[in-house]
Amino acid sequence: MRNVLPILSVLGGLLALWYLAVVPMNLRTALDQAERAGVSVVPSTAIERREASVWYLMLNNSDQFAATYDIQRSRLPTPDQVVSELWKTTGAMALRGRAMTKRSLIYHGWITLQSTLWGFLLGTLVGIVSAVVMVYSRSAELTLMPWAIISQTIPIVALAPMIIVLSSQLGIEGRGVPKAIISAYLCFFPILVGMVKGLRSPDPSQLDLLKTYHASALQVFIKLRLPAAVPFLFTSLKIGIAAALVGTIVGELPTGAISGLGARILIGDQFGTPLAIWSALFAAAIMAGILVTLLDLLQRMTLRKMGVAH
Amino acid sequence: MTSLLLALLFLLAALVVNYLLVRSRWQDATIIKFILPAVFGLALLFVWEGLVRSFEVSPVILPAPLAIADTFLSSLGLLWQDFIQTVIKGAMTGFLIGCTVAFAVAIAIDRSSFLTRGLLPIGNFVAALPIIGIAPILVNWFGFDWQSKAAVVVVMVFFPMLVNSVQGLRASEAIQRDLMQTYAANYFQTLIKLRLPAAMPFIFNGLKIATTLALIGAIVAEYFGSPTRGMGFRISTGVGSLAIDLVWAEIVMAAAAGTAFFGLMSVLEQRVTFWHPSQRSKR
Repeated sequence: MRNVLPILSVLGGLLALWYLAVVPMNLRTALDQAERAGVSVVPSTAIERREASVWYLMLNNSDQFAATYDIQRSRLPTPDQVVSELWKTTGAMALRGRAMTKRSLIYHGWITLQSTLWGFLLGTLVGIVSAVVMVYSRSAELTLMPWAIISQTIPIVALAPMIIVLSSQLGIEGRGVPKAIISAYLCFFPILVGMVKGLRSPDPSQLDLLKTYHASALQVFIKLRLPAAVPFLFTSLKIGIAAALVGTIVGELPTGAISGLGARILIGDQFGTPLAIWSALFAAAIMAGILVTLLDLLQRMTLRKMGVAH
Repeated sequence: MTSLLLALLFLLAALVVNYLLVRSRWQDATIIKFILPAVFGLALLFVWEGLVRSFEVSPVILPAPLAIADTFLSSLGLLWQDFIQTVIKGAMTGFLIGCTVAFAVAIAIDRSSFLTRGLLPIGNFVAALPIIGIAPILVNWFGFDWQSKAAVVVVMVFFPMLVNSVQGLRASEAIQRDLMQTYAANYFQTLIKLRLPAAMPFIFNGLKIATTLALIGAIVAEYFGSPTRGMGFRISTGVGSLAIDLVWAEIVMAAAAGTAFFGLMSVLEQRVTFWHPSQRSKR
């Protein structure tokens, strides 16, 4: 709780910076509009203004500052424009019962969330299974671990279009599956690393104790290694779900998808509506925040039930 | 079907060889750490080649590794030009600027515990966000050439680097700082002789995360507008014009660049943080 005040003041500082940046970013557009409306601006023609620096324009046109905060399709929308656009495309549409129409970010968020969760599930499964295999087989670890590391240094965005081409050729309808594969690709690695660490975390003395009990390998796994790995698993799950969301959005961005938050960003770019991009970005940020918080709550509950002091 | 069968046999043999090697008397040799993954990777390439040949997969869907290698070698000039545009101009410039600025900001805010407590949670949160989505906005602001790609990379690497640097600067122990105080060391002496060296494992962790992000950022930004060169440009137009073998050649190039960049950071890390337990145990 003692962090609340510092966090709020840093956020306030960032917000103030944003509001300050709006003037230089939008001034040229504001001046163009003012000239068209017949207001005199310095310098008076668009060609002269293109030559002049932003700072020169700001010195001479301080009466136009207010206008920079109220421009449709501005280069940098103000925070309140973004928030009201966000509300218009989520809460306001939900209130009118149109939450699932194509203009609503709730609909696009739902599409993205589905792929994210499928990718997360797939990535978690692959990560856990390969961690178990690697912990029990040295040859598997030596063979696979380097490739797991290399796979993360390959920029997935380069592979994303190929995954989509391949899966559509294999007769998989829609973009759900390729998007889930891309997000699983990004999310399996933190889970693999965390699980390997967790499964190896029991002390030699604990392993010895189970040996004196004549416990079988399966019993050692279920009663010692697995419970010991749970705290590590949750920490990596939180990283993994954020990575899965990034993967889904990357899967939607460059590939001409038409629904999903990444597609909203793409469409906002093609139609020249920066507000749509900004509101989709913030919707993605909010979704990431909710997902990580949910996992955090689950972690606290599980660890408390297991009696792990936190 | 024979080529697929042969390839599968090769994969099986590779797995058996790996299994035996680990149990052989060379099991502690360093070379084994390279042989095992290399043999496995080679076997996977054989299976890929075998699959494509025996099912006669069209080259516009999935080209065979040999065909990709052929394209790679015959279009080296083009690939090199794309490499310069995307990796050197876009990713490297952005990486250098972003990491330097993040490091400088970390040192600046580190003197105020209030700012640190405020920025650390926010930085941690932002580092987990899909910042990649900012690419079209920055391409709009900075134009189509490499400057906008570098800008995307700067934004993407900034927060992971900042968070790791701030954590690293706090990594020295109280007893060590007390010792510096008894030596009457001033702020800069403490920073350079104690806290920066102690921060290096964290800083390199940030740098390694940033290498991958830098390449992703530079490539994605090219999907939103670019001059007629660059890896992202080649990939997006290649998919559209069914030049799939060229796309795979670009992927090979991107993978090699990503691995080399990451490897460079790992080597630097080993040189700089040779004293750290995680590095010592490797010897």
